[in-house]
Amino acid sequence: MDKPIEIRTAPHLKRPQSVEQIMRNVVYALIPVALFAVWQFGISALALIVTTTLVAMLTERFFSALAGRGNTLTDWSVVITGMLLALTLPPGFPLWMAAVAAFIGVALGKALFGGLGFNVMNPALVGRAFVQAAFPVAITTWTPAFGPGRFTEFIPSTLAMPFMKPESVIPWIEALNIDGFTGATPLAMQKFQQISTSSTDLLFGNVVGSTGEASALLILLGGLYLTFRRMLDWRIPVGVFLGAALVAAPLWLMDGAQYPSPIFVFLSGGLMLGAWFMASDMVASPVTPLGALIYGALIGVLTVVIRLFGGLPEGVMYAILLANAASPLIAAWTQPRVYGETKRQEGGA
Amino acid sequence: MNILNLFRRHSTFPHGGIHPLEHKEETVGLPIRRLPFASRLVVPLSQHKGAPAKALVKVGEEVVRGEPIAEADGHVSVPMHSPATGRVAAIDLWPTAEGPKAPAIIVEPYDGASQQVLYEDPVDVLNLAPGEIVQRVKDAGLVGLGGAAFPSHVKMLPPAGKEIHTVIVNGCECEPYLTCDHRVMLEHTDALLKGILIAMRATGAGRALIGIEDNKMDAVLAIAQKLAKDDVIEVKAVEAKYPQGAEKMLIESLLDEQIPEGGLPVDLGLAVYNVGTLAQMGGLLPSGRGLIERVVTVSGAGVERPGNYLVPIGTPVGFLLHEAGVDAEANRVILGGPMMGMTVASLDVPITKGVSGIVVSAAGDPHQSERKVYPCIKCSRCVEACPMRLNPSMMAQLAQKREYERMDSEFHLNQCFECGCCAYVCPSNIPLTQYFRIAKAINRERPAMAS
Repeated sequence: MDKPIEIRTAPHLKRPQSVEQIMRNVVYALIPVALFAVWQFGISALALIVTTTLVAMLTERFFSALAGRGNTLTDWSVVITGMLLALTLPPGFPLWMAAVAAFIGVALGKALFGGLGFNVMNPALVGRAFVQAAFPVAITTWTPAFGPGRFTEFIPSTLAMPFMKPESVIPWIEALNIDGFTGATPLAMQKFQQISTSSTDLLFGNVVGSTGEASALLILLGGLYLTFRRMLDWRIPVGVFLGAALVAAPLWLMDGAQYPSPIFVFLSGGLMLGAWFMASDMVASPVTPLGALIYGALIGVLTVVIRLFGGLPEGVMYAILLANAASPLIAAWTQPRVYGETKRQEGGA
Repeated sequence: MNILNLFRRHSTFPHGGIHPLEHKEETVGLPIRRLPFASRLVVPLSQHKGAPAKALVKVGEEVVRGEPIAEADGHVSVPMHSPATGRVAAIDLWPTAEGPKAPAIIVEPYDGASQQVLYEDPVDVLNLAPGEIVQRVKDAGLVGLGGAAFPSHVKMLPPAGKEIHTVIVNGCECEPYLTCDHRVMLEHTDALLKGILIAMRATGAGRALIGIEDNKMDAVLAIAQKLAKDDVIEVKAVEAKYPQGAEKMLIESLLDEQIPEGGLPVDLGLAVYNVGTLAQMGGLLPSGRGLIERVVTVSGAGVERPGNYLVPIGTPVGFLLHEAGVDAEANRVILGGPMMGMTVASLDVPITKGVSGIVVSAAGDPHQSERKVYPCIKCSRCVEACPMRLNPSMMAQLAQKREYERMDSEFHLNQCFECGCCAYVCPSNIPLTQYFRIAKAINRERPAMAS
């Protein structure tokens, strides 16, 4: 032994899976979803994803430098925030508004609380909630998928000047002359006109909607990949779907014409993306196994209640934000019974 | 994982646990080899839980291999025996694995001192009264050889109002790298069974249950072959999962019972002994000898001739490593297993009764790379890995805020036995186990500081 001997504390072994690796794999799982969005909506979607990701990264870098936390970009978590945010916005969403959403999401949703690990809510959804309130028209303006020329031409609203009202996309859509495009998402059609969209269209993303929530299948694949690599707690998405079914199934059985089927509920709107990629945000979900299931179910129940009885056609975002807020409480209530614990004394001791 | 394992699931504790790489193949096939005497053997007066022993010899005195050289000081204490024939060179402070120096008797074996034990008092143990057996267990200096080093005789005397009905025999050896218990079960099966009978007689237990991890099926078989039908001794395989060898976990795996918080196995009518301890008991008591040597696994990437060595107590770690051949790049020497063992600061530290292995790791080992510590992302892996069903994530947050008392009053900190599963799985590389160790130490000292 020529080297000086080192003193360390046990355990001396370590499983080689780090935060950076987990976050990087979530990004990998999102890439097919993002690529499909670009294929579907063209360069506008690409510009949107690049904008939110870059702005989110710059915001993170700025605030981490300000707080003296060093370069926190290396943990990859902010890349997830940026990508997820873009995937929840309409494809023709003005880029400057998307930049605002990314800045608010990272600054108010994450940096203010102390960065990675300390955020109470999902930062991407905080950003989205902000622009939903600030720009209600732009965030509900949908454009058709698979339009001709989508790889050469931006959707007009995409390039709106900052602080200017984006021009209407209606003449542009009419010029595209796509049969049957009504500008309504499957959720809105279901809610206001009781027109259901076929499950295959929903599964393969042949529908109108936000940039990245269209293809339920790719989202499912990405989520399953993370589950099998044990980088995602399966209890959360399972809880979401159970919770959603709990409310949707009885209503559908009672009145199938008025209420959507559970399958439609699962596949439409942002539930798939929300359940697999946003509700499952480790930081803002409970650490206890039972808590994770309850938290997921709460999201499922709230989503369907907002969709069916609220003023909005979609409720995933608010459902997740509310459940995020409730998560510390759920975790405290679902503390596992410790080994050898005989009785809980009054007063939580 | 072998596909066959799916069809022969053995019972295990229900929550948590981890499966680190075992690294047992390096030494498991190697029979126990005897180590020669070092030029100086260092016998610390405290190698066990409880009061240190009191020296019986003076500097310069001649001692015989096996002769008592220190006596027990009180009930929770054990005597020490000379590991070799030679001369007491000094009684002095000496480095220990824990850090601070502690008093030790230093014996210099004579050149050509033989391995023969000259100090004996043969007796038919199983015909002695239980009380006499307990006294002889104490006189033999027996302590838990699995690592805890708790005096064995103390566990044989249940407190008033309690009875021991079953002896639990711990043959799990769940720490990676270590195979000494495995070798003892294979090579000293008869001594082990004899030791079990002695422990049953001493405790008054009518039954013994041996738990062995299912990665040692040959040991299960070796023992089962020697048992009669309807034997009072029963052997059971349990799943190979760390920390199966923790007594709380093993009891849950075998009997589906939990030791109440703050309690002991005796509260369930149980006494738990490691196989190494019982094999020594079965070997030493009939001849009336004391504990002067033990089997130590020497393994790890930094060792050239890994194996299981029969080592005289008091052999300096450096001598053992020299005999086993150690890599020039070696820079960490762990006493015990890599999950719970501690690194030594000096190679002069002697092998004591509770040391089951030495794992040497070399620079360049991936486990040695410095890891960046990220904030807790509440991934819940630690919660899932904790065999005691604690919430390490919450406790770590409290530890960072120095709210050590709340960790105990609200989150059962003292139920943590520092198995290291939480720190092993943590993707943020938070030193959770170390946090809990510090918190417990501060909570222990707090009443003393207040007064």
